[in-house]
Amino acid sequence: MTARIGVVTFPGSLDDRDTQRAIRLAGAEPVALWHKDKDLKQVDAVVLCGGFSYGDYLRAGAIARFSPVMETVIEQAKAGLPVLGICNGFQILTEAHLLPGGMLGNDHLHFICRDQKLRVENAETSWTSDYSAGQEIHIPLKNMDGRYVADQYTLDKLEAEGRVAFRYLDFNPNGSLNDIAGITNESGNVVGLMPHPEHAVEPLIGTGRTDGLPFFTSILKKLVNA
Amino acid sequence: MSRTPLDTVEHAAATPDVELPWAELGLKKDEYERVVEILGRRPTGAELAMYSVMWSEHCSYKSSKVHLRQFGEKAPQSDALLVGIGENAGVVDVGQGYAVTFKVESHNHPSYVEPYQGAATGVGGIVRDIIAMGARPVAVVDPLRFGAADHPDTKRVLPGVVAGIGGYGNCLGLPNIGGEVVFDACYQGNPLVNAGAIGVMRHEDIHLAKASGAGNKVILYGARTGGDGIGGASILASETFDDAKPSKRPAVQVGDPFQEKLLIECTLEAFAEKLVVGIQDLGAAGLSCATSELASNGSGGMRVTLDDVPLRDSTLSPEEILMSESQERMCAVVEPAKVDRFLEICEKWDVIATVIGEVTDGDRLEIYWHGGKIVDVDPRTVAHEGPVYERPYARPSWQDELQADDANKLPRPATSDELKDQVLKLVGSPNQASKKWITSQYDHFVQGNTVLAQPEDSGMIRIDEATGLGVAIATDGNGRYAKLDPYHGAQLALAEAYRNVATTGAKPLAVSDCLNFGSPEDPAVMWQFAEAVRGLADACQQLGTPVTGGNVSLYNQTGEAAIHPTPVVAVLGVIDDVARRTPVAFQEEGQLLYLLGDTREEFSGSAWSQVVHDHLGGLPPQVDLERERLLAEILISASRDGMIDSAHDLSDGGLIQAVVESALLGGKGARLVVPDGLDAFTLLFSESAGRAIVAVPRSEEVRFNDMCGARGLPVTRIGVVDGDSVELQGEFALSLEELRVVHEETIPALLK
Repeated sequence: MTARIGVVTFPGSLDDRDTQRAIRLAGAEPVALWHKDKDLKQVDAVVLCGGFSYGDYLRAGAIARFSPVMETVIEQAKAGLPVLGICNGFQILTEAHLLPGGMLGNDHLHFICRDQKLRVENAETSWTSDYSAGQEIHIPLKNMDGRYVADQYTLDKLEAEGRVAFRYLDFNPNGSLNDIAGITNESGNVVGLMPHPEHAVEPLIGTGRTDGLPFFTSILKKLVNA
Repeated sequence: MSRTPLDTVEHAAATPDVELPWAELGLKKDEYERVVEILGRRPTGAELAMYSVMWSEHCSYKSSKVHLRQFGEKAPQSDALLVGIGENAGVVDVGQGYAVTFKVESHNHPSYVEPYQGAATGVGGIVRDIIAMGARPVAVVDPLRFGAADHPDTKRVLPGVVAGIGGYGNCLGLPNIGGEVVFDACYQGNPLVNAGAIGVMRHEDIHLAKASGAGNKVILYGARTGGDGIGGASILASETFDDAKPSKRPAVQVGDPFQEKLLIECTLEAFAEKLVVGIQDLGAAGLSCATSELASNGSGGMRVTLDDVPLRDSTLSPEEILMSESQERMCAVVEPAKVDRFLEICEKWDVIATVIGEVTDGDRLEIYWHGGKIVDVDPRTVAHEGPVYERPYARPSWQDELQADDANKLPRPATSDELKDQVLKLVGSPNQASKKWITSQYDHFVQGNTVLAQPEDSGMIRIDEATGLGVAIATDGNGRYAKLDPYHGAQLALAEAYRNVATTGAKPLAVSDCLNFGSPEDPAVMWQFAEAVRGLADACQQLGTPVTGGNVSLYNQTGEAAIHPTPVVAVLGVIDDVARRTPVAFQEEGQLLYLLGDTREEFSGSAWSQVVHDHLGGLPPQVDLERERLLAEILISASRDGMIDSAHDLSDGGLIQAVVESALLGGKGARLVVPDGLDAFTLLFSESAGRAIVAVPRSEEVRFNDMCGARGLPVTRIGVVDGDSVELQGEFALSLEELRVVHEETIPALLK
């Protein structure tokens, strides 16, 4: 028995096949989910991948949040279903209020694509347990609207509760407050981040590092051992 | 009720004396008379619209055709070529049942008028060409040329172009893996925005643009048709900019990458279910092009009801609908029994799809509007039998003088300090500086198959996860060389792209080109064009790499001032296992640096002559294609057998530029010595072709030298990977930190 992990394809999703590959490389079974379909096909976890869902019209993630599949994702995430939002997926999770705060355009007003250094701040979530707290990793980052913002109360609360999961190191690529690259919800089953772990799972490909693979092995171990 | 009677075929026949605005649509008088002769009557307004766009320079290649024939006539025998020139894009066999399609096109004029949209729709157009062949697009590349880096207008054009390419390509999920950025005052007012794309498919999935089988339905799908880009092809791409004419902004199309992404997915799903008989994308000349090309390549005729075309603007006239260049549209020919399924797939992806006509058993293209027949033509006369010009050409009177002005006579650095200063000046000059500010706005990682991306010598994409099969692509062009000698300049562009592919370990297979020139009505420009085509065709023949397709962009000129002749050449290569690829970056200290090839005193057209002396004259470096072939074979063998850990081709900027790039990318310095028979200046700055540097692990030194020796390739040890500076023994040492600042801060500072 292995874990079945769903990957949602919205119109405009770009990294759905890449995410499926990363799940496969980690040893789990990827399951394709469709935005018009409320049925999650009994998957054990869901990844909302990167891209420009619905063209990012209105605001990144704002339309996807109302899609049929998200009705079920929101309902089950609240009940404990592990959900990972990468880039556009992170934007969708904040729009869906599964994670606090929101994303604005990069402070330098350009799209940015780079190999980004991060520090793992919380290695106890469903998606980060294969890292160690304080570990420094490199994960590709690529976005137009990656500037994480929240009100002071929320920021203080995130920091106090250890819910900042990843922080940008050496260089803040988009002006995110507190250098926040990713956060988790209170119970650690929902995690969102701007960088793309699915692009760092194979030597030779992309930056040639495999620092992103632990996202997928973390969840696999958790699900198989559960 | 319309105020004027509909200009139907009948009406046209009955009113022979009606004056039509053929001149405003870009037709010459004799061309209009030819249309009348073909039809045996005056054309209707709709017919005139079709002929005018399809007979424009951009669509008909009327000035270039007689020269381009050489690419076919001189094409080398190649087992790899599956589809050649004439289709939307060429297709190459890369083994293991895979086929790759690739092409480079220009979107120069629109990008000057409206940088963001011009560049964005350039990407959109080339990607649709790739889909139309049946392939999934897997990567894009963008060779770009702008005016002087410090000219105020470059600050308007460049950021818009880069944002447009990124905005469109990133949103399509296509990694941008290569290209070039070149600055030269000759491109002021005529920037070159070329866009290339690669697609992958299985052999059995190749699709062609033809409408066959009477009764088959013609389906238009994608975006609604609007008023954007009307006459773009005929007016924008085919005429020299002239300050006296009104703004042409409305003729530039507006792109929606989200719609194109849906179009890609829905088209590939329809292909997978084998629902498509023939397919054509709507680019330049829109429906006029798609219907006439599909019909003329097929076995029968075609009947189209224009009223069924979904519109964004209900006030459009039939002529405008036929000419509109609204983006993100495609036209498929589908058997009646499969139409429902095709429409279902479109609906799944929220793509609007409409049956607008059908294939007939006649041989006419007939188009109806409000019940009247407004077009009745032989589609071949529109699509393929346009005018062909034997434009006069003559070697310009200034060519001899230019070639006599040899850069080898320019003053050279007299002291070590001067040498060092010129190195810094070179690596920090806009053309040689890091283009990270630009390339970091493009997604390189999406699709998870990118093995190499810029600033590597070629971009490389894995196409099979199980076997590691991959393809590489490099695009190169050097307008300065081509200005000095268009024949050899074009060959040098090919040689460089060929070498760049081999440097990464891939075997060069085929060529696509984008030929950017001034006005064909100027005999000097036409001579440059004729020479460049002849040079490229000869060189492709000798290297065994056929031209599979490409694009010609003429009229890149403002007033009397034409751009440098700029043939941009893309070479596609294949590598059996991407794990064997060779990167540019130095990998390990202690590895030995070897220079492959012969270094001569060749400075004419060089980056050094431009940066230090602002000089252009003399003859470009010698071309030796047999040497290029041998060098490529050595580089590929060395990569396959694990004899080299990094390699970099030598081209503009010479050896020092290559060493600095490899050092900065690897974070490891180099200690260089001047070998016997060369002086420091020539070693560093010569641009002799047919050369590369490689880093060889000490354990492979003997084996590598033996291989080069046995095959007769000159190989010279020039130093070692070491330390944190680039040092030329007895001359200077520059720390990586200093080099990095100089190399990386130039472009951001210029564009701030």
